[in-house]
Amino acid sequence: MGETLRSWKELPLSALPFKLSTEFKTGDWRTFRPVVDQEKCTRCLLCWVYCPDMSIVWDGQRISVNYDYCKGCGICARECPVKAIEMVKE
Amino acid sequence: MSGKIVFNIRELAKRPPKLLPGHRLCAGCAAPIIAKLALLATDRPTIVVNATGCLEVATTIFPYTSWNVPWIHNAFENAASTASGIEAVIKALKKKGKYKYENVDIIVFAGDGGTYDIGLQSLSGALERGHDFLYILYDNEAYMNTGIQRSGGTPLGAWTTTSPAGRVIPGKTQHKKPIADIAVAHRIPYVATATPAHWMDFMRKVRKGLDVNGPAFIHALSPCDRGWRFDTSETIEVCKLAVDTCYFPLWEFENGEWRLTDRSLAIARNPRLKKPVEEFLKVQGRFKHLFKPENRHLIEEIQRHVDAIWEDLLERTGIK
Amino acid sequence: MSRLKQVLMGLNGDEAVAWAVKQCDVDVVAAYPITPQTIIVEKFSEFVANGEVHTEFVAVESEHSAMSACVGAAAAGGRAFTATAANGLALMWEILYIAASLRLPIVMAVANRALSAPINIHCDHSDSMGARDTGWIQIYVEDAQEAYDSTIQAFKIAEHPDVLLPVMVCLDGFFLSHTLQNVKILPDEAVKKFVGERKIPETMVDYFGKKVPVVLNPDKPLSFGPLDLYDYYFEHKIPQFKAMEKAKDVIREVNEEWFKLTGRKYGDGLIDTYAIEDADVAIVILGSAAGTAKSVAEQLRKNGVKVGVVRIRTFRPFPEEGLVEALKNVKVVGVMDRSGSFGAIGGPVFLETRATFYDKSERPVIVGYIYGLGGRDLSPEMVKKVFDELLEIKRTGKVRRTLSFVGVRE
Repeated sequence: MGETLRSWKELPLSALPFKLSTEFKTGDWRTFRPVVDQEKCTRCLLCWVYCPDMSIVWDGQRISVNYDYCKGCGICARECPVKAIEMVKE
Repeated sequence: MSGKIVFNIRELAKRPPKLLPGHRLCAGCAAPIIAKLALLATDRPTIVVNATGCLEVATTIFPYTSWNVPWIHNAFENAASTASGIEAVIKALKKKGKYKYENVDIIVFAGDGGTYDIGLQSLSGALERGHDFLYILYDNEAYMNTGIQRSGGTPLGAWTTTSPAGRVIPGKTQHKKPIADIAVAHRIPYVATATPAHWMDFMRKVRKGLDVNGPAFIHALSPCDRGWRFDTSETIEVCKLAVDTCYFPLWEFENGEWRLTDRSLAIARNPRLKKPVEEFLKVQGRFKHLFKPENRHLIEEIQRHVDAIWEDLLERTGIK
Repeated sequence: MSRLKQVLMGLNGDEAVAWAVKQCDVDVVAAYPITPQTIIVEKFSEFVANGEVHTEFVAVESEHSAMSACVGAAAAGGRAFTATAANGLALMWEILYIAASLRLPIVMAVANRALSAPINIHCDHSDSMGARDTGWIQIYVEDAQEAYDSTIQAFKIAEHPDVLLPVMVCLDGFFLSHTLQNVKILPDEAVKKFVGERKIPETMVDYFGKKVPVVLNPDKPLSFGPLDLYDYYFEHKIPQFKAMEKAKDVIREVNEEWFKLTGRKYGDGLIDTYAIEDADVAIVILGSAAGTAKSVAEQLRKNGVKVGVVRIRTFRPFPEEGLVEALKNVKVVGVMDRSGSFGAIGGPVFLETRATFYDKSERPVIVGYIYGLGGRDLSPEMVKKVFDELLEIKRTGKVRRTLSFVGVRE
């Protein structure tokens, strides 16, 4: 990730991690991206339930995809009962 | 009854996740689905113990962590004994009035290697001693973290890198160990099987397992697209086929009583819904060699095995 | 000097350890029976069964689980103790490293016993010497009183913010574990005050933007035991080296504090000496056999023979400075190991002693002796023979053997 590696003096005790993985973007693993058709979407949230990467975002109104982390597995598109998600080549 | 607990997913989905994105599990992996749903099933403070394995490794690559709950990885074979120590110390600190929380849920996540094989002794000891914790086995049916080697959880006929489909030996020559039955044999308050596809059923079971006083064990099927050889998008479908074919029936054992749940209960009531095990096998590359004429008998053997276990389950649950 | 009222009790070494643990407000004892440690957990179970302690006793199904449960208990904020010996310690080996690397101040009594095969329940140091590189502090005690004293001190040393390392209190199996001695026991309150409550250390974690307690805490979630690659693993090891170095001062301080409280001290805490000031030859030794060595030295001294004894109390951290100071005028040193290192040029204590003097311009002749394996007694006659050999080397300047075996049939 191109960041400066710390010296031993700057690390937490007990080798505890000091960053959350949200700082590590896994979106570049993707070859297909899920695209949501908001017209078709019934907000059943099955995509949210099944997403292994916590990349479906529900704001209480509509769903969206967080492409910072989505690895493009396609589970959301496969499981969508109304076919509102399409996998599109990057 | 299992129908009582209801989860409002539209509300739960607004909350910040306890397992964070940015983890480095493979695309389509079932393990993070299992972990996130489990953590969603409880509102109480939670401490997670993770055995060595895919989930542990890929969620805590230093300096990053994906865990928004206190988490500890000790080693491969000792997740249950580590949880024992945590549970015991909380009791002791409570006695002294030195513990802040009334109730803390302790959840273990361990793979099949860490449960069926190297961790079985530590698990059995903790179950016998009766510590109050929930052990969730995410079973991807082989040592996936080290590159798909056979474990006690690998089914008959499956190809792995240490049970290759060779000219003489067609994949693994033994059946899967009945791990959930082993947990039941300890007569602990709660044992269940689950899959992430049957998510509401799974979350209910997690809640029940956490609510009982004493040890609980959930055996969750965790399909691995890399090791089972299927497309990353098929993870949930593979779970559904596992249940629909009765390869992996959904049941719970609660206070001495057996019960089928969710789709498996529906199949028991309407046996025509039961699909041949071939439907489950044929979507996975690890069973490809079984479809050669000379290995066909193994599919029959697997079907016999599945049927026997299913019939037994129907009897135990009082349906037959 | 102490005005404290101490009670004299007839206890064996194991019971003395159990008494110490009882008084140290320990939250979790997780242990598995193994001779010659078993009396510790039996005695402690009685304290639990009689409601004399608040401790949760976890009767685990193996030593591996004993140490694993201690790791969980300590990471969740409690004080944890276990005891083991020989094969039990060997089974724990993997988790010894983890306990130390996670910087968990666990205390463990090791009733030293030989390793199989053949299976043997009697004393030698091959078990704890095998664990010398795990990152644990190791205190080797000479008698039951010191077993009691050191167990109490161990919690204070382990939990010191400059240390945060687990401590092994090593007592010789049977010679100490099962031998009845007079032991002075402090009042509960005095021990409680001396040890204090376990203070949870704090550390800076970026995602909180501040220092947080290093504990499994639902309010401030931390991840213990992550995956480390070649970019950070090495950096994570350096603080363990540093902590072991700092532990030397802490052990010395605790030794002095204990002296003020009880009137008892063990050399400077790291190393103890007998008649070393003007000694021509000396024995370096650990554990209960130091008593035998001293009594033989005393006899020889009466005849005007200038012999001395150095007892290493902490093998980890190794008392390099104290050893150099103690042996600076000694001409010939015999290092006595109760364990061997097959294929090495001598036992572990011998190797470290020799290495300590390598870059010193003035150094004694150093030879090694391996004695007492599998519980073989080290008699005064054997010690006398060693002293005679050392004197012979001093007289002739000739070393016949670098390594000898004491008390074995040829």
